Amino acid sequence: MIALGSILAQTQPLTDALVGAASTSGSASEGTVSLAGPSVDWSALLPMLILLVGGLLVLTFSSFLRGKAPRGLFSTVTVAIAVAAAISAVPLWARVQNWSSLLGWELSPSQPGPFSTVGGAVGIDGFGIFVIITLCAGVILAALLANAYLRREDMEGPEFYVLMLISAAGGVIMAMSNDLIVLFIGLETLSIAVYVMAGMHLRRSQSQESGMKYFILGAFSSAFFLYGIAMIYGATGSTNLVEIKNFMAQVVPVQNGLLLIGLGLLLVGLAFKVSAVPFHAWSPDVYDGAPTPAVAWMAAGVKAAAFAGLVRIFVLTFSNYGSTWKPMIYALAILSMVVGAALAIVQSNVKRMLAYSSISHAGFILMAVQAGSEQGNSATVFYLAVYTFMVAGSFGIATLVGGRGDGNHQLSDYKGLSRSNPQLAIAFTILLLAQAGIPFTAGFFAKFYAITAAVNAHSTPLAIVAMVSAVISAFLYLRVIVAMFMSGGDDGNDGPEPAHSTRIRIPLSAGIALTICVVVTIGYGIVPDLLVNPARDAQPALVQFERPITSISNR
Amino acid sequence: MIASLSASLFASEAGSSSFPILPALVFLPMIGALVIGLIPRSRPEVARQIAIITALTTGILSIALLIQFKTDDPGFQFVVQQTWVSSLDIKFFLGVDGISLFLVVLTGILFPIALFAAKPDNDPKGYYAWLTLLMAGCMGAFLALDLFLFFLMFEITLVPLYMLIGKWGHGRRVYAATKFFLYTMLGSAFMLVSIVCLAVLAKAGDGGTISFDFVKIIASDSLAQNTARWLFLGMAVAFAVKVPSFPFHTWLPDAHTEAPTAGSIDLAGILLKLGTYGFLRYGLELFPEATVWFAPVMLTLGAIGIIYGGIVAAMQKNLKRLVAYSSVAHMGFAIMGLFALNTLGVEGSIMQMVNHGISTGALFILLGFLYTRRHTYEISSLKGIAKSAPVFAGLFTVVMLSSIGLPGLNGFVGEFMILLGTFMAHRWWAVVATAGVIIAALYLLWAYQRVFHGEPDEANASFPDLNLSERLVMVPLIGLIVFLGVYPKPVLDRIEPSVHRVLSRMEEKVDRYNEPDTQAGRGLDLLLIEKSGESAGHGDHAGVEVGK
Repeated sequence: MIALGSILAQTQPLTDALVGAASTSGSASEGTVSLAGPSVDWSALLPMLILLVGGLLVLTFSSFLRGKAPRGLFSTVTVAIAVAAAISAVPLWARVQNWSSLLGWELSPSQPGPFSTVGGAVGIDGFGIFVIITLCAGVILAALLANAYLRREDMEGPEFYVLMLISAAGGVIMAMSNDLIVLFIGLETLSIAVYVMAGMHLRRSQSQESGMKYFILGAFSSAFFLYGIAMIYGATGSTNLVEIKNFMAQVVPVQNGLLLIGLGLLLVGLAFKVSAVPFHAWSPDVYDGAPTPAVAWMAAGVKAAAFAGLVRIFVLTFSNYGSTWKPMIYALAILSMVVGAALAIVQSNVKRMLAYSSISHAGFILMAVQAGSEQGNSATVFYLAVYTFMVAGSFGIATLVGGRGDGNHQLSDYKGLSRSNPQLAIAFTILLLAQAGIPFTAGFFAKFYAITAAVNAHSTPLAIVAMVSAVISAFLYLRVIVAMFMSGGDDGNDGPEPAHSTRIRIPLSAGIALTICVVVTIGYGIVPDLLVNPARDAQPALVQFERPITSISNR
Repeated sequence: MIASLSASLFASEAGSSSFPILPALVFLPMIGALVIGLIPRSRPEVARQIAIITALTTGILSIALLIQFKTDDPGFQFVVQQTWVSSLDIKFFLGVDGISLFLVVLTGILFPIALFAAKPDNDPKGYYAWLTLLMAGCMGAFLALDLFLFFLMFEITLVPLYMLIGKWGHGRRVYAATKFFLYTMLGSAFMLVSIVCLAVLAKAGDGGTISFDFVKIIASDSLAQNTARWLFLGMAVAFAVKVPSFPFHTWLPDAHTEAPTAGSIDLAGILLKLGTYGFLRYGLELFPEATVWFAPVMLTLGAIGIIYGGIVAAMQKNLKRLVAYSSVAHMGFAIMGLFALNTLGVEGSIMQMVNHGISTGALFILLGFLYTRRHTYEISSLKGIAKSAPVFAGLFTVVMLSSIGLPGLNGFVGEFMILLGTFMAHRWWAVVATAGVIIAALYLLWAYQRVFHGEPDEANASFPDLNLSERLVMVPLIGLIVFLGVYPKPVLDRIEPSVHRVLSRMEEKVDRYNEPDTQAGRGLDLLLIEKSGESAGHGDHAGVEVGK
């Protein structure tokens, strides 16, 4: 490590730093034989463990049921696991925010504030916990939507839920990683499960295709990411974010080619996951082909986790290197917003439309990330949380309208929905208008917050591009609304009342999920303070791992 | 300075009545819309009753507001403040002054009338729900004193009107609705960026933080000249689209032509005023220097709008399109008066907004009656209606003459004050605009002649005259047309203090404002105000007297 580092940068401050680093890290291995592993604060890992172990338990016990599982069992259990994981994150939040009491319980955390554990590989901060809870919300919504969907498509079984729980666990790992390698493990756990989910619909060739496509391109992007890690390691001498940050604070790399390549490759890997232009090509095909509840999870969960990684690496670790990475994200944000919006409006398939609009939304979130400020981080998590509900609800409605075979996703399939299923049409209208950024919806406030962050960070041109692209994509949402509400004749007469048989039956679980989505979307639009205040507290932090003295002692 | 300004703005706060009248004006229609949304589809008559009760109650509240309004107070009255988003200092902040008062009252009057005047062809529940929601949005936009809240209300009006045009309109309604929505949204996109920039840059919150509070931002006054001009431009795009000012007007004829009657009434009567009101409140008041700097451009756009709107209106074959283009011309007058930047012009502009709302609203109601009978707006297929429907023709004549600007009817007061104000400040623009008055007479009289005169052919001979309920709907509007034409003093008295507040601040802030020609204009202006005060004392109508 030392040799590599000193070859790379032969500057005096660098060697000083490395000598310093070596002397501190050396102290741990000073003892004769140290078998003590890193100290683990298990409570910090609880959300991840609940999701992971819960998923494995579901898989194990389902084999005892021999296909005789009661209806809705797996879905209910998955929701319960995700709720438990979210609840287990609340004490962590209280500790990080240094609350004195929680629900009447007196709290006196020994080390209040953000902390790191597992030998500094995992960091717990407000940002990570916020994302964890968002991921849990995504799991809950997708599980509720999947329940009836899987039954409709004769795909009942625990696999979908198990994969989703495991991928959520991967997302949680990403959200709390303090080390690039840990981040990579999380990314892979997340992705591989989602590749399988995408290809799960065995009777639809598009689903198979999308699984394959996602896997191959995803594997490429993972390789980019891993290569980026290697470059960063080469440039800074560590994969630990804290040490990288310390290193960056102490030295000014003269020849920073390695670092630049590393940053670029990391960005490529993550931009692929958030489907930012020009790394978006997979997303319309995959969204179109994959089972719709899986898409809800992909759009909500995978995106949130990948943005968590983006913030941890760029905003947090390379905070004083902003002049290098900000232009890259700036460009990605503009491209994603404009291209996503422009390509969305020419689609005739609603799932593809939503795929392109999700690219545009990724641009908006990138704009908040690009601000690189505390406000930007708040805007990022706010947007992610709100987007989870908006997009899960939208794909939930697509799930229902899709019908048996999951094939009715053309715009024409939505014609007259306001007459056959008024509730569904109104719910979709609210969710679409929220995505368009119409006032009194959470979607408006998310956009507003992101723009405020961008303007505060002196990126006013970006804010203007964002608003213009929001108008472009509004056209797309209007097209869907027109199909649902205004498909009658020229005289305004919609024809006779549609037959009862064309009415889509809304299963209970999907109804609950859609209600949650709509209520949250409207609720946070009217009382944004409820979410703004937590989002403001959800700041990422890098804390040096304090090795507890007892754990070093030899036996 | 800051203290004195806020003191003057809140002078009446302590004395306001205990009943929260302004929130009631916003929330009552909103709640009404929700209630209508919950009514089962099979009971459309209940939806109509609730809509009418809601709109009427709101209208009565707005009249109560007018009665309680303190005439001599230039600041904001009935102020209500409630923190909404604490970290960004966004407040639910409502207040009314002389500038917004009459637009609020106009909203309160026109919406119930629009409800009475027209019924939807299908799905009445949705129609009434959207219409009441639109009322809430308009009220909110006129009353908001927080930039964020204003933007919300300004923008939320798009959705109901989009639905009204798109679902209950005629012919190419989807195209017209979508065009309207996207056009306006594009304009407000720039406004949002401007508002955010303003909030960030003004640092008007406590301890130099971000704030969207209109009063605080005005008081902070810390923008660089160049920045202020850019921000003004961003706001101006949104308002110019909404007005609509000349190059941004193309959505209006489509939206008007395809909109259902109630949609046209509210669009022309209320929503266009959001643009001019926005210019006055968020242009003149927020960016005085930039306003003066951009004034020649805006005056020119106003003048082009007057002439262009008039000429194009004269060429129209469709009555609704004709009225739509006449709106472009009339709103051109309003823009011109605003940017004359003297008391007479600005007051005239506010008068013009109110008058245009009344007379164009009335015209659209009459066209709605026409449409229910003949199912066409084409001038060529209408002939000799005066013979078969004399009452209809008579009412049309009065409304049309008010729209032309005949002395003694309301349209004259506003246009005359605007022309006079503009003439004093920038005379050549006024000269051009005066031609617009003649063009207005040309296209309206010509259309009237073709539609109402001559021998009716078979289809028009059986044109039924207005029934009692239709006549009753027209009574309040005709009454207002005549009353405001003969005796505008009560309106002007309430507008004047607030306009003085805006203009004196402008005088204080802007050096260029006291240019020689403007100075001369203001001298004359003051002279005239005194004179008009005298004549008003004799119980005569101020506007007409000034001209003699």
